[in-house]
Amino acid sequence: MIYVFALFLLTLLVITAVAIVRTENLFVAVMLTSIFSLLMAANFFILDAADVALTEAAVGAGVTTVIFLSALALTGDWEKPRPGGRTVALGTVGVLAMLLIYASFDKPRLGDPEAPVHQHVAPWYLEKTPEYMDIPNVVTAILSSFRGYDTLGEVFVVFAACIGVLFILGVKPARQTAAAPQPVSGLRHHLIPQVVGRLLVPFIVLFGLYVQFHGEYGPGGGFQAGAIIATGVILYALLEGEAEALRAVPRSVLLALVVGGALLYGAVGVVCMLKGGAFLDYSVLAADPVFGQQLGILVIEAGVGMAVCGALLSIFHAFAARESMT
Amino acid sequence: MKLLELLGYYNYWVFAVVLTVGLYAVIRKRNLIKKLIGLSIFQSAVFLLYITMDKVEGGTAPIIQKGVPDQVFSNPLPQVLILTAIVVGVSTLALGLAMVVRIKESYGTIEEHEILGAD
Repeated sequence: MIYVFALFLLTLLVITAVAIVRTENLFVAVMLTSIFSLLMAANFFILDAADVALTEAAVGAGVTTVIFLSALALTGDWEKPRPGGRTVALGTVGVLAMLLIYASFDKPRLGDPEAPVHQHVAPWYLEKTPEYMDIPNVVTAILSSFRGYDTLGEVFVVFAACIGVLFILGVKPARQTAAAPQPVSGLRHHLIPQVVGRLLVPFIVLFGLYVQFHGEYGPGGGFQAGAIIATGVILYALLEGEAEALRAVPRSVLLALVVGGALLYGAVGVVCMLKGGAFLDYSVLAADPVFGQQLGILVIEAGVGMAVCGALLSIFHAFAARESMT
Repeated sequence: MKLLELLGYYNYWVFAVVLTVGLYAVIRKRNLIKKLIGLSIFQSAVFLLYITMDKVEGGTAPIIQKGVPDQVFSNPLPQVLILTAIVVGVSTLALGLAMVVRIKESYGTIEEHEILGAD
């Protein structure tokens, strides 16, 4: 039954993708992207990837949409139609699609336990996680300990992208208009979003904290938690206006979160080295290696959560501030 | 298991179609925001390919429960790779959008041919 549902979701996914590309109203396209992400998250969940589904729902449907919309506010809603035939472009992608579908028959079918991808290192991770870390969620164990180097790299990519956005958008625009009276921003005059939204914000943040600290036992972890908490604060900013959100969580706090999170992660690695282990080998952090691993995972997940939350919020505020600048 | 078999290939077909739809937007559309939307569709298709590969028949999400014998888990490794890729994807997308915003401010347009014409 669940597979029939999956077929339905996948078909909807294709339809949504085609609709996104066809529409010339960019606002509609962005809203459809949000639906696309939700469908994708549901598909991930059916394919047993609970952690990924949580991330896709929070990041894809939440944060990405808001960032797209704030960019649209600065660039305009309509795309100009392109005249002329589209035979060449359609032909090119059509041939590519045919090739990919032809190649798919060489892939192992869905769920084949003998597929090469399940033979390599994954069984070892599943087997050793209870022994080395004794935490239930293997995804978290791999993310933060077995492949800790990778995750450190990803955190620094997020950090670098955030700094990049701040550099690009932080400068004053060329044509400065006279300081217009600040219009009342946010949805303060709309009663229903105001009441419902205010009710939701604390629960979203609470859920984010739960996902952060429960990430070793259930689906969750720093990446998801950072995105969820960021979504909560962004909702607050949409309701009360950007200035009010900056008063609650000032820019300096956001920058401290981004820098502090990335540094915390790196610092754990250095402490491991000082204690005589390898970089990011948490076993040496405590007398009991299993407890050391758990401690290390907890701290670096906190670092990841801080960095992601701070980066996403800084990016949002950079776009929003640009709007009031021009 | 006939149905599961069909669905297995169906996932790959959806990957192929969604990927090419995204690519079409990148090569055909001239609006820079639309190109970025196409790029993120392309990216999502790759995520779908990876997550499709992680499924094991009769498996469940890789969260070990103590005292339950003979559990079958889906492969956690592709999940880890995609989980981080999603968050990195949104940050790089934001970087791209920031550049588009600056282009709009400098050229007054985000249509590719008009920007090239202005140069």
